[in-house]
Amino acid sequence: MAVDLHRFANPTRFLRLVSAIFPWAAGLTVILLGTGLYLALFVSPEDYQQGDTVRIMFVHVPAAWMSMGVYTMMAVSAAVGWIWKHPVADLSGKAAAPIGACFTFLALVTGSLWGQPMWGTYWVWDARLTSMLILFFLYLGYMAVWESFDDQSKAAKAAAILVLVGAINIPIIKFSVDWWNTLHQPASVATMEGPKIHSSILTPLLVMGVAYLSLFTTIFIVRVKAEILDRRLRIMQVNALQE
Amino acid sequence: MTRKRRRLYFVLAGMSVLGLAAALVLMSFEDSLVFFRSPSDLAENPIPAGRTFRLGGLVAEGSVVKDGVEIRFVVTDLAETVPVRFRGLVPDLFREGQGVVTEGRMDENGVFIASNVLAKHDENYMPPEVAESLKEAGHWQDGKEAEASD
Repeated sequence: MAVDLHRFANPTRFLRLVSAIFPWAAGLTVILLGTGLYLALFVSPEDYQQGDTVRIMFVHVPAAWMSMGVYTMMAVSAAVGWIWKHPVADLSGKAAAPIGACFTFLALVTGSLWGQPMWGTYWVWDARLTSMLILFFLYLGYMAVWESFDDQSKAAKAAAILVLVGAINIPIIKFSVDWWNTLHQPASVATMEGPKIHSSILTPLLVMGVAYLSLFTTIFIVRVKAEILDRRLRIMQVNALQE
Repeated sequence: MTRKRRRLYFVLAGMSVLGLAAALVLMSFEDSLVFFRSPSDLAENPIPAGRTFRLGGLVAEGSVVKDGVEIRFVVTDLAETVPVRFRGLVPDLFREGQGVVTEGRMDENGVFIASNVLAKHDENYMPPEVAESLKEAGHWQDGKEAEASD
């Protein structure tokens, strides 16, 4: 396993792999996003309490999953980049961050729009909402750190420290609704007793989840290719100056 | 020890120390991170009249009385109860048996004067027909009691 991953630390091999995946990821995104939205908006039933407003969930919940998933992936990349000095790992985190930040922003905005009709407020400072806002700032901070160094290896190191320290926030977000009383309801899908959502609502939600994952993969491939090529360009420029 | 190995241990040790520190901080903050207090919390540690805080629980069955713009109800956690008075609009989800979080203060008579009422919904999602058949089959209270007990 480890040996296989080391193989793809070679940027050329990594580029070849992601280029092969790209059309499949893009096609899957179109199909799943179309199917998911159709199921979510037209096929899935109303909720017994929330009526049609529950449909916001199909956009909100997968965005929140992705915001935490992408951050976790960035934290793993940062650790790998730090320990084994694989430049592809550093660049993966850099490429993923703005996409993760967008998912976090989407989760915050749709959550707020959902909160107003259901709870009666756009925002409260409970543990779940606050820890999600902190996650958004962590993404912004990570992106700012990358931009504030000219030396890319120094930037990678500083960004890795930030993202690893901030990783503490991920379990806090997940368990905030269990550890403290919050306005936000407890977990509905990933619980010890299994999902608490009726299958007619759960299925579209899971389709949307996979659709978001393919959307992330598609955009990530474009961005990580650009980052690797950008890094090569910098090296060529430095070499040209030295000659 | 190779440099890779040393960096690996450094990251692992760093993350463990950070995790421990975060856990200690969160444990010491536990009381101040409370978003709302339940009627049982209030029975144990009464809050002096006039101080603003949030009270949360279920709206007791049969307790809602509408009197013009004023609405009176009782918040319960199935152990203790607190009477609440509120002037204003309640959210759509507000109803008997529903979770609520109210913000306000106690008056001298032990009545909670709410300035704001928010509705809480639970983690269950289902179509109305399924909710109906659950009620008919008598399994309805299972979820509600679980929610009220935490």
